[in-house]
Amino acid sequence: MSSEQRDQGRRDDRGGRQGGGQGGRRFIRPRKSCRFCADKVDYIDYKDGRLLGSYIPERGKILPRRISGTCAPHQRMLASAIKRARNAAILPFTTD
Amino acid sequence: MRVYEVLFIVAPNVEESDIETLVTQLSDVATNQGASIAKVDRMGRRKLAYPIQKFNDGHYVVLTIEGSGAEIAELERRMRVTDAVIRYITIRIDEDLKRAEKFRVRRAARAAATAGRRRSRRPEPVLPIGVEDEEGEEEEAEL
Repeated sequence: MSSEQRDQGRRDDRGGRQGGGQGGRRFIRPRKSCRFCADKVDYIDYKDGRLLGSYIPERGKILPRRISGTCAPHQRMLASAIKRARNAAILPFTTD
Repeated sequence: MRVYEVLFIVAPNVEESDIETLVTQLSDVATNQGASIAKVDRMGRRKLAYPIQKFNDGHYVVLTIEGSGAEIAELERRMRVTDAVIRYITIRIDEDLKRAEKFRVRRAARAAATAGRRRSRRPEPVLPIGVEDEEGEEEEAEL
């Protein structure tokens, strides 16, 4: 794999732009921004079930940042907070 | 000095007064080992996201403890033995809090710096980036 290909893969990870390629048409979406950066959050509390709940879709999985647009540092904080909350029975491990 | 957050869930069939004694008992365990209780937060009765020991809800209590770390072992051993406690989690938060504090300080410093720069410059700078000003100067130089 060349370095160019890898670069493209990486860029795609954050939900900046999508599509393009063969059709000659490019769909450029407005870049999603990190909600935690906008709110200037420094620490994500695992006890805040309401906040964390908005980052787990029906299935109970952690919402990937290519969908939510969360920045990498905040996504890390969010992931650990969700995992803690699951152990504290604030969030479910699974929903069926 | 380390700061811990000890969250535990008390079974819903335990009386309110018994919870009170249990909380004081557990705080005493920590203080006897040389730690200090910074905060006791009783979050009250909450629904559990999944059943624990066939209970569907429980009383959440959060203790914020400052200590060396040795008292956590004893505290956890006590909670493991106590039947009324159906779940406990200990999280060390001093490093996270320190990091949050660092971010806050850095942001404040940056805000102060930009405010100072803005005041010293011309009273016009509406745009946050000075790229466009430079382009204008270059064009003038060519002419």
